[in-house]
Parts: sequence; structure tokens; C-alpha cells
Amino acid sequence: MDLNNLESLAFFYPEIVLTGTILLIALLDLVIENKKNLALVAVLGSFASLVATLELYGGSSGWLFHRMIVLDNFSLFFKVVSLIAVALVVWMSWDSKEVGSLNQGEYYTILLTSALAMILMAASSNLLMAYLSLELASLTSYILTGFLPHNRRSSEAALKYLIYGGVASGAMIYGMSWIYGMTGSLDYGRINEAFGQGQANNVALFIAFVLVLVGFGYKIVFVPFHMWSPDVYQGAPTPFTAFLSVGSNAAGVAMLIRFFFPGASRLADGGNWTATVAVEWPHALLFISMLTMTVGNLCALNQQNVKRLLAYSGIAHAGYVLMGLVVLSNDGLKAMLFYIVVYLVMNLGAFLVVMIVANATGREDLESYRGLAWRGAASLAACMAIFLFSLTGLPPLGGFAGKFFLFAAVIREGGEFFILALVAIVNSVISLYYYARIVKTMFLDAPEPNAPAVEVSPSSGTLLGVLTACTILFGVYFGPLLQYTNESLKFFIK
Amino acid sequence: MTEHVLTYMTFFPLAGMVAVLLLPSHKHDLIRWVAALFTVPPLLLAIWLYANFDRSNPGFQFVEHYAWIPAYNIDYFVGVDGVSISMVLLTALLCFLCIFASWGIDRAVKGYFALFLLLDTGMMGVFVALDFFLFYIFWEVMLLPMYFLIGIWGGPRREYAAIKFFLYTLFGSVLMLIAILALYFYSEPHTFDMTKLMAQHAKYGTEPLAVWPFNELGWGFQHAVWMALFIGFAIKIPAFPFHTWLPDAHVEAPTAISVILAGILLKMGTYGILRINYPMLPAATADLAYYFLAALGTFNIIYGALCAMAQKDLKKLVAYSSISHMGYVMLGMATFTPHGINGAVLQMFNHGTITAMLFLLVGVIYDRAHHRDIDGFGGLAAVMPVYTGVTAIAFFASMGLPGLSGFISEVLVLLGAWQKYQILTILGASGVILTAGYLLWTIQRIYLGQINEKYRTLPEINGRELFTLVPLGAIVIILGVYPHAVLDLLSASLNQLNQMVSGRA
Repeated sequence: MDLNNLESLAFFYPEIVLTGTILLIALLDLVIENKKNLALVAVLGSFASLVATLELYGGSSGWLFHRMIVLDNFSLFFKVVSLIAVALVVWMSWDSKEVGSLNQGEYYTILLTSALAMILMAASSNLLMAYLSLELASLTSYILTGFLPHNRRSSEAALKYLIYGGVASGAMIYGMSWIYGMTGSLDYGRINEAFGQGQANNVALFIAFVLVLVGFGYKIVFVPFHMWSPDVYQGAPTPFTAFLSVGSNAAGVAMLIRFFFPGASRLADGGNWTATVAVEWPHALLFISMLTMTVGNLCALNQQNVKRLLAYSGIAHAGYVLMGLVVLSNDGLKAMLFYIVVYLVMNLGAFLVVMIVANATGREDLESYRGLAWRGAASLAACMAIFLFSLTGLPPLGGFAGKFFLFAAVIREGGEFFILALVAIVNSVISLYYYARIVKTMFLDAPEPNAPAVEVSPSSGTLLGVLTACTILFGVYFGPLLQYTNESLKFFIK
Repeated sequence: MTEHVLTYMTFFPLAGMVAVLLLPSHKHDLIRWVAALFTVPPLLLAIWLYANFDRSNPGFQFVEHYAWIPAYNIDYFVGVDGVSISMVLLTALLCFLCIFASWGIDRAVKGYFALFLLLDTGMMGVFVALDFFLFYIFWEVMLLPMYFLIGIWGGPRREYAAIKFFLYTLFGSVLMLIAILALYFYSEPHTFDMTKLMAQHAKYGTEPLAVWPFNELGWGFQHAVWMALFIGFAIKIPAFPFHTWLPDAHVEAPTAISVILAGILLKMGTYGILRINYPMLPAATADLAYYFLAALGTFNIIYGALCAMAQKDLKKLVAYSSISHMGYVMLGMATFTPHGINGAVLQMFNHGTITAMLFLLVGVIYDRAHHRDIDGFGGLAAVMPVYTGVTAIAFFASMGLPGLSGFISEVLVLLGAWQKYQILTILGASGVILTAGYLLWTIQRIYLGQINEKYRTLPEINGRELFTLVPLGAIVIILGVYPHAVLDLLSASLNQLNQMVSGRA
């Protein structure tokens, strides 16, 4: 189906609900005394939007708003991911001292706007729409990164982020203009047709793809476009860092998949795709994937700040996720979706622990975790260990299942992809070293005598329990999630 | 009850972990007793299993098979045969005894016993799993508790030892994961079911792959997978040159964990080779294990013995002696003769009991003197006669004195080896002399000679310690006289396995 503006609204109510919530929070901010209650409104709003999204899931699919936005299981899946992420992050923010010191009305408004942008990113089927939603996500991110008042790191991070983002999105839109010039359309479907007819010049195509990749690379954090990420992760308020690490990354992946698969490839029988353009982007991405995971892991080895360490670990994980893309198969894409869900759970969990510790000690460096298990927070430390080992990819935790499917997709292709699998293996072992270093500090080192006790509030404790349970559950019984991600890999092409 | 015997054996300790976690953390004795209680049912079931195991059936018994994740053909599939039964019995026994060997742990007792029981589940699971995916999960589940048990309750260099152990093993196991996935996608229909993978072993190509270095070596798909699996297992055995984690981990680990490490974890390496490499990749086994594995085993025997001889720390000596004794297992497996392969698995069982005794005995003396310096004692036989007597049994069994269990398995291995590799057999047999050398020398320095005045008042071995040692000592003596008690369990499956590979070598 191909709907006009008014007809489309009937399939757009998750976004409408979310927008309504954003406006409501902005208004309530003026009248409500206890600003903490705004978090409740935000959670309820994103929950309502989530319910609306699930209503649409599996139903009819098609173009909305004159082929600007596409409605299919794939975009709905990423809506679900973004909304769950934002709901969990708002829950997390409830207890955060950093957020408590901010103007919470503005904070929640911008946070939800960022989520809205990410939802749109996953659903764009037009280069212009993709660019606009990417910019909306970036702008809100710049603001929230620099949101800590009188904090030099936060301001520095925001400025760096802004400059990086500006350059990257400039390069991206320039690349898009080349594509428009070659194909005469901004619409993914028509671009695909034009590529299929082979009318574009190969050199021009190569330049255009490289430029567009800069934009994606900056959003998903590939090497060599990763420089901003450690500073931003360290400077931004912790709950927002968590959101950035899972939400922004997932939305970027969604956009990347939509651009490269329905956009620049054709689905053949048996769930394999063939690239319709003469640019060797699968092998370029293969190389980027190996480089990204290796650089991320090696840089993480010696980090002393846990948020910074998790930033580098996030870079490495972006490299792992890319593994699913380069094999050009539906198996690989499904593995990517699965990994994104698992990564969401375990990485949010890790950041939640960082936030709880930072609340108690005011610090985020590794030293503040010394002997955490013996400072009355044994279960907190145990949860952190579970998240970290899951990030390493050890069974029976979710991270293992995620990596397992990525490996499976890569090994199934065989050939040169065995090298990718071997590189990923070596990287898993390297990553164990730095994740285990945190575990070691928490469990094996004795606490300093006057280290402050770390207490977990009931609401954070509940969230921690939920995330831990999910991390374990996805490791031992991932059948239902697997089925969900498999069903979600349905693109509306024509 | 009886149809789920293996599941109960595997998951009782896990239930015990949950129970321990629910107890208040200051009630140390209660925690210890509850932990002990949850290792009793697996032990009783192991005895039942021993009695009811059909010795003439070479196939899998007590099988349980349920779908787990149907989309990927992942099943919950467990069963035992002659290759695994002895290890299952050993695991149940050692875990029960090691709870009592851990009685002295007084720091974070709750965490210790919870992790110990998790480790128990992981180990049991590895030996009963017949689904590759399940096998891998149990294999990795062991790693985490082991890391913490060494890292928190270990000796002075525990952090280094723990992370070294962890990194080595993880490297091996991810390599194994690649091999597992490669086999999965090669099988048709895709399956993780080990029995099905074994049944279609002829499908795995042996034609040399076109890529360097495989074309130079003449290795096909089957050889590459074999090697990936082998490296994963060799790290666990540990075979030279992957052995360097072992002395560190053994020396730093608390006594009971050293026992588990040497008694059970090392066996997983050789078990994995017999369970997976041999029946699933028989052609590659014939090509690669012949001579290579035998030579590696012989090298291990001599290298381990020479290293042991040079040690000043008693625990390190025992650790290196493990490397040496595991060499016999590799040599025996590589012979492709009924004698050799039966001897190898019997040696796995015997080494499990003997080395467990040795580590327990080292723990006894360390608890009293707070050091393990071989030269720091002297004349202990006069101070602690009972202790010395038990030690003598363990030491003599370890050096292969006739009448004790170690002798039977070593002789079987050497008998088998002589039929294929005469020179290696001579070298391997000379390892027995080296072993006798370092063990007798140790006995002389610690137990005989002038009484060290510092230790004139050392208390004699106590009842709890004896309780952990006596069952093992009894097994060592019984098997020395009547090895068929265990050999009967093994031979049907092992002979069948041997026929699969020996025809090709």
C-alpha cells in the first residue's frame, strides 16, 4: 500500500503518542512541583507508544506519507527496541543523582525526542527522511551530552560530538546528493531500480558510498569514525550514555541495513542477497568490521574509567554486529537483530551498575569498584559480573547466544569469512581480559578501609533484577526471542 | 526417578547452589552441611549407575532426549557410555569429597560453596552431554566458577593464575566453537546431535583444501576441524606447549579446587578427544593422531617428570607430575589398540583418584606448616605416622608400583604402545623411572631423615582429612588388584571406538 498524508496517520499512532507525551511533559514541567514525577509520565508515554507499536506488528505493511516512511516488521522491530530502551533509561534516570541535578523537564523532553528520531531513522525509506531523522537524533544527543552544568568534561564532549557529527553528516548528505544525481531519486525503491539497471558510473558510485558510509560509521561507531565516542560516553550523564550506547547504535544499524539491503541489494532465493551495485561494499565492510572490533578491544585494555572502557567495548561490539551484515544473508541479518536486543539488555545493565556506583561514590573510575563485593554490595557486583561476562560472550548468558548466531552466520558462508571468524575469536579472548579486570577489581581486590558503602535503591534494584534475569534468560531459553527476530526481518519492498 | 538419573546428577548441585544462596551468610556450618547434602544424591546415583550400567552394551545408556531450541535443532540430550561413565563416577565422588576438603574455608563461605556447586554441575554436564551445543555450554559454565574460586580463595599470586587459566581456556573453547559450527553446517540436516554427527563422519571431506597452509599439509576440512578441536582440548589436558597455565593455577588454587582441577578438569581434554575427535573425525584422527599424538604424549611424560624433579614446592611438583601422567593417556589413545585405549581411559580414572589424594595430602601439610617447601621439612614420618602411611600409598600408586592402580593403567598403555611405537614406548617407560626418582627423593626429604625441630609438634592428620582420603586410597588398592571393576565398564564402548579408527591408521 502507498498512503497519502492523512491516511498514513492511522498507521502512525506510536509516533503520535510519543509526540503527545513529549509535549505533555514540556507543559507539565511548568506546573508540577516534584519534577521526578515527570519520569513517570515519560515511562507511561513510551509504554503507551510501545503498546501501539505492538498493535501494528505483523499487520499490514506499506509506504506512509508518500513513500517517505515505510511500515513493515523491520521498522516496527526497531521501534520496539528504541521504545524499550528509552523506557528503561527513564527508569534508570529516576535514581540518578546526575539527572536529579538537572532540569528534568527539559531532560525528559529531549530524551524522548531523541527516541522519536531513532524510531523515524529505522523507518525512513527516503534519503531525505533518513537524513532529517538522523540529524534530529544527533541534535538531541549533542544537547544531552552537554547537559551537565558547570562540568568541563560534559561541555568538551558535546563540542567534540557536535564537530564530529557536523562533519560526518555533511559528508553523508554530500554522498546522498551524488546518489540523487546518478539515479534521479531519493526514494530507496527507485534508487534500487536505477542501480539494478546499471546506469551509474562505478567511480562515482564508489565515492558516493564511501561518503554515505562516513555518516553511518559515525552513528554506529566504526573505526576510523570512532574518536568521539569515548569522550562523549565519559562526559555525558550516565543514563544518557546508556541510551546512546544502545538506542543510537541500534537506530544506526537499522538505517544501515535498510540502505544496503532493500536499497542496494536484491534478495535471491534461499535468503541470500546480491549487491546490485558494482561497489565492493561487502568486502569493505568486512575489513571495517575486523578493524573496528580489534581497535575497540585493544584500546579498551588499559582504560581506567569504566564509562570510557564501556565506550571502547561498544566500538568492539559494533564490529561484532557488522559481522552479520557482510555475509549478505538473511541469517546474518537475523543474527544482527538478535544481537541488538541482547546487547540492549546487557549493556544497559552494565551502565546501570556504573550509575549506582557513581551515585554512591561520585566516581566512575575503576578504583571506585575496588572490593565492591565486600562493601555490602555483593549482589550488585554479581550482577555486574553477569553483564560483563555476557558482553564477553560466555554461556549460559545472552551475549553468548548473540555471538553464537553471528558466528554461525559467518561460518556458514565459509571461504574468506573464516578469517573474520578467527579475528572475532581472538577479539573475544582479548575482551575477556578487560571485562575480567573489572570483575577482578570488584571481587578479588580488598576494599579500601574508608570506601563508602554502595547502596541500591528499590527501584534501581528492581531494574537490575529485570535486566539480569533477561540476560540469563536470553542465554538459556532464547527460542521465543529468536522467533521474534526472525519474524522481524521482513522488509516491505514493493 | 531412574529414567532421569543423569539429569538429577547434573542439576542436583545447581539446586544446591540456589539453596546455599538462600541461607544467611554468617551461618558457616549450616552452609557447609547443606552443600555437602546436595552432593550426596549424585554420589548415590553414581553408585546406582555403577550397579545398573550394562557392561556389554557399547552404545549410549540412560539417554534423555528433549527438544530445546527446535529452530536450530538444539536438543537437551544426555547419556553415558563406556567413554564417559568412569568420569561421571569420578566427578560425583570427588565433588562429594572435596566439599569436606573445603571445610577449612572461612572467608566468604557462602560464595565459595555456591560457586563450587555450580562448578559441579558444569563438570557433570560436560561428561553426560551428547548435544554439541549443550556440551559447549557446560564446558564454559565451568570456567566462571573456576575463575572466582582460584581468584578469591587462592594463594598469593591468585589473580595472575586465575586470569591466565581463564584466558587460555577461553581461547581453546572459542576455537572449539568454530569447529562445532563448521560441523553443524556441514551436516545435513544441520544438527548438534553428537550421535548423528558421528554417524555421518564419512561426509566430512578429507580432500586437501585449496588454501595455504592446508594445501601444503594436505589437510582437508576434516583435518582442520580436528586440529581446532584438538587445540581446544590440548589446552585442558594440558599438552605441551599449552601447559603453562597449569602449574600457576594448581599452586594458587585452594586444596579442594586443585583436586578438582587435576582430578576432573584435566580429564576433559582427553575425554573430549575420545568423545569427539575420534568418532566424529576418524579419518583425520588416523592421519593426525598417529605418531603426532603419541610423540606429544611421550614428550609430556618426560618433560613433566623432569620439571617435577626440579621443583622445590611440593604442590608444584604434584602439578608437574599431572602433566607427566596425562602423557600416558595421550600415548595410550594414540596406539589404536584395545590395550592402549582401555589403558588410557583407566589411566584417566586412576590419575583422578591418585592425584586427588596427592593434592589433598599437600593440603594437609600446608594447613599445618603454612608452607610447602620440600626442603623445609624432614623426618615427618616419626611425627605423623598415619599421614606418612597414607602418603606412601598415594606416592607409590603415582609411581606405578604393582598392586596399586597406577601400575595397571600404565602397563596397559605401554603394552599397547609397544605394538606400534617401540622407541616411544622405551622413552615413555623411562618416564616411570624418572617418576620414581622424584617421588622417592621427595619422600626422603620430607618424611625421612632428621626430624625438623620446628615441626616436632605437628598434629597428626585428623578425622575429616582421613575421611576424604580413605575412600580414594581404597579405590587405588582395589583397582590395583582387581582393575576389572572399572575396565568392564569401559571396554565394550572403547573397543568399538578403537575399531572405528584403527582400521584407518
